[in-house]
Amino acid sequence: MRVREQDNLTMNVGKVGIVRGRDWPRHVSLLLAIAVVVFPLAYAALISTQSNTQINNFQLTPGSSLGTHFDQVWNGANLGRLMWNSVVQAVLITVIKTVLSLLAGLAFVYFSFRGKWIVFFLVLITLMMPTEVMILAMFRLVSDLGLKNSMAGLVIPFAASATGAFLFRQHFANLPKDLSEAAQIDGASPLQFLFKILIPLSWNVIGALAVIQFVFVWNMYLWPVLIVSDPNSQVVQQGLERLKSTDTGITYGPLMLAALLASLPPALVFIALQKPFMSGFAVSADK
Amino acid sequence: MGIVASIIVAALLGALSFGYKSVREGAMGAALGLLGGSVILGSLRLCTFAADAASTEAVLGIGLAGAFAWMFGAGTRAVLGQRSADLGSGENRSGTYKLGWYWPWLLLSPTLLILILFLYLPAFQTFTLSTKLANLTSPRTADRCLSNFSDLMVESPTRIAMLPLVAIAMIWGVALWSKRSTPGTRSHSIAKTLQPMGILAVVFAFYFMFETESGTGGYRLIYLNTIIISLSIVALAMTVGLAMAYLAFGRIRGITVYRTLLIWPYAISPPVAGILFFMMFNATAGIFAFLADKIGIEFPNYTASAGMARGVIVLASVWKLLGYNLLFFLAGLQTVPRAQIEAATLDGANAWQRFRLIVMPALGPIAFFLLVTNLTYSFFEVYGTVDLLTKGAPASSTSVAIYEIIRVGVNNQNIGKGAAQSVLLFLAVIGLTAWQFRQSEGRVSYAGS
Repeated sequence: MRVREQDNLTMNVGKVGIVRGRDWPRHVSLLLAIAVVVFPLAYAALISTQSNTQINNFQLTPGSSLGTHFDQVWNGANLGRLMWNSVVQAVLITVIKTVLSLLAGLAFVYFSFRGKWIVFFLVLITLMMPTEVMILAMFRLVSDLGLKNSMAGLVIPFAASATGAFLFRQHFANLPKDLSEAAQIDGASPLQFLFKILIPLSWNVIGALAVIQFVFVWNMYLWPVLIVSDPNSQVVQQGLERLKSTDTGITYGPLMLAALLASLPPALVFIALQKPFMSGFAVSADK
Repeated sequence: MGIVASIIVAALLGALSFGYKSVREGAMGAALGLLGGSVILGSLRLCTFAADAASTEAVLGIGLAGAFAWMFGAGTRAVLGQRSADLGSGENRSGTYKLGWYWPWLLLSPTLLILILFLYLPAFQTFTLSTKLANLTSPRTADRCLSNFSDLMVESPTRIAMLPLVAIAMIWGVALWSKRSTPGTRSHSIAKTLQPMGILAVVFAFYFMFETESGTGGYRLIYLNTIIISLSIVALAMTVGLAMAYLAFGRIRGITVYRTLLIWPYAISPPVAGILFFMMFNATAGIFAFLADKIGIEFPNYTASAGMARGVIVLASVWKLLGYNLLFFLAGLQTVPRAQIEAATLDGANAWQRFRLIVMPALGPIAFFLLVTNLTYSFFEVYGTVDLLTKGAPASSTSVAIYEIIRVGVNNQNIGKGAAQSVLLFLAVIGLTAWQFRQSEGRVSYAGS
């Protein structure tokens, strides 16, 4: 008797026939869970097509206002521009942070130098320093540097992190030692070693970090609210706030459409990089 | 008198945190404690004990001296320990590059520069600002000693001195009890169950230390909001996340699609979560109001009741966090030892016993990591949800700590008061992280930033 390939939580020794039949309740409960999780989005999608009168009448079929709403949001509220700002910010931070973290990981694993443990501590301690608790001082500092209302002010303070450095340090430390020995014998410089050998072996980790960073930056709200007041330099999350707090009575449709549009890019990044993301997690979880 | 008291407290706590196995060790600890105490009191220029300082400030000053003494002692101990561990663990592995000394520094310099300029410097400035009267837009400041802090607390120095001591005494007492009692006896098991409650003693102590301004509720209300909202978010997000992970674990047709759909809300932003729940729970146009109307119930306006408003914020945040928790719990479930599950099943253990005795211990590190990340989320990221849902209404009952910091520091432009509140939050985070490090002993995974 062939025991079906199993997970390690349920044990159904010798009950193959019953197991097949028992898949049904799980499908149903999974679908139910998904229905609950997806409901707020589906509801928002429905609302985004309706005019205020239709919403107040609780019409359960899609309305026909999607086009006007899109025009209102994209051109009227300038959401296109704001989304572009968010894309630029998220891509810049993701790329710079990944590169800097790779360099730091390289230094931590493949060099031994005086004062290494002090540097290590200096970086480690920042893990318990969330920017939010020092946000007022940061705001003052960045204003003094003249970076208010600029992309630099949105990007530079977040361009390095302990998380990324430690992630690559951990990953590199688990690679075979022979790699760097062989590279040195071949006369490769540290940077050549990084780009030719380490990076090709790290795509999963890079992918996982990229998803986390992109989503983190895209969803950033408090920092942009503080330092960007110029309506053309704001990011998408701020646009949502502006749409909601209009003086002249709220129209729900455009607001819901904007919320959906603002959720699209991180979702696309997540789905595109899902595979490295998941395996990156599996890698990190069993350490 | 205040100065004498702080010298004694600092020396004692320094020795306690550093170690007192030998006279030499104890003396070293006391010296470190005195150093720590004088660093902080010196940088405040002993203002807490000045003639015009409030008596609560003197108590805070002694407390600060003690805290710094503890930090210096425990910090030195940790650094010494780590250093010897580093030397022993073969960090100097073969295959390291032997090039100019500047190479590693060159590689690390951009990271270090940004961390120092945008984390260490503002962290330091937050502490200095918290002792000042400062306006957001003007560069001039005036010294306020610790009155930004004492303004947040009740005007009773004895209460501020006694409450933390009582909490600490309770924690130590229970720890001692469980150590002394014989394992297996009733008294031991009572002590063991009481031990995790120690955190409650601290939570309550702080509750009674914060002031209640009549009418507005004062900072005690903010503290209460933060505790209620963050604990509810964490408890719900973790239990539901684990339940979903159970559901989505293992092989079944189409599982990758199911998982993607369940994890995806992780990518949604806190403000968007706020907007979506604002719509659903809207009292005039929301779907729940409509359904309630259908069955003849008047749907309450969530912005009018403190409980409902907090509830909607919690629901929105839990919904947003679920995907993240599911992801980590799924990874954690992979590590559950399968052989033990099989053996337990054959021995007749039921599902709950298998879960409690095998799955829970295996999930421990992941659950702990999630506990801390979820708490950090509910402390900070929740700002976006609150701002889009309630803006702190009704009557500040959804204004959590981070929201209040921005209201005081940015909207009211009183950056010194805001910084003082930030310092309190900072201490909470440091305490949590230290706790996490101790519990997980370096099993750090990666967080969201």
